[in-house]
Amino acid sequence: MIQRKRIVMLEVTTDWYLTLAAMLFTIGFLGMMIRKNALIMFMCIELMLNAVNLTFISASNHFGKIDGQVFVFFVLVVAAAEVVVGLAIIVSIFRKQSSASVDVLNVSRG
Amino acid sequence: MVEALLFFAPASLIIIGALIVIFARNPVHNAMGLVLTLVSLAIIYITLNATFVAMVQMLVYAGAVMTLFLFVIMMIGVDKKEQSTDSIKGQTFLVIGVFLILISLLAYVAVSSEFKWDLWFPPVEYDLEGTPQLIAGVLFTEWIFPFEIISILLIVATAAAIALAYDTKKKNSNA
Repeated sequence: MIQRKRIVMLEVTTDWYLTLAAMLFTIGFLGMMIRKNALIMFMCIELMLNAVNLTFISASNHFGKIDGQVFVFFVLVVAAAEVVVGLAIIVSIFRKQSSASVDVLNVSRG
Repeated sequence: MVEALLFFAPASLIIIGALIVIFARNPVHNAMGLVLTLVSLAIIYITLNATFVAMVQMLVYAGAVMTLFLFVIMMIGVDKKEQSTDSIKGQTFLVIGVFLILISLLAYVAVSSEFKWDLWFPPVEYDLEGTPQLIAGVLFTEWIFPFEIISILLIVATAAAIALAYDTKKKNSNA
């Protein structure tokens, strides 16, 4: 009876959320390494930021403290600011070089 | 059982969306995969009692940031082919090596902890509902200094974006 209950009831602990966050971060990192389009690389940065946010929220739920959620709020604002400036830079580069590939961006090389 | 379903359904959608982000060739498909990931993350946040953050996630990420991404994709064009040649020698092997190192580190941490994190750091018994009142109460007292710095950062970022866009526009019209 007890054994059967243990098989049926799969309890979702904080470990599962942390594992999911680690997988999401790894996928974002892999995308950052293999893609050359600057836009896609920005999306991969968003993936990694969201993985960290998931870690913060699960830890906040785990320890019963609200500070983790406040920090996620800050991360959201920083991500929005980063996207605004980054996309403006990408657009201005695209107007000059008509390409969004990071391999073309060697203008600041000596 | 419902709790497990509420975890595994959004979790699989998150992984699928993330894989679409890094492997799709059409930039619009990448953006849609990112939307899938962000919305599923909002569902996970709700199950973790972070309702306010889930709503902010939907509004800011899935709304504003993704709209900005789609605008830029439409400006730059969706049919641009990525360069397939490596500019750094042995780039592919470097990527695979670094990725394997990261994966093995994560696997080592996961295996060595034996998924006993909940026993080492016991979770609290009560549920902390992340309501706007609770978050605002902490945000405007304990975290007021970071909050002010964040507002300055937003103003600087807005000014920088306008300056970047305006400067190139002026040069284009002069030339």
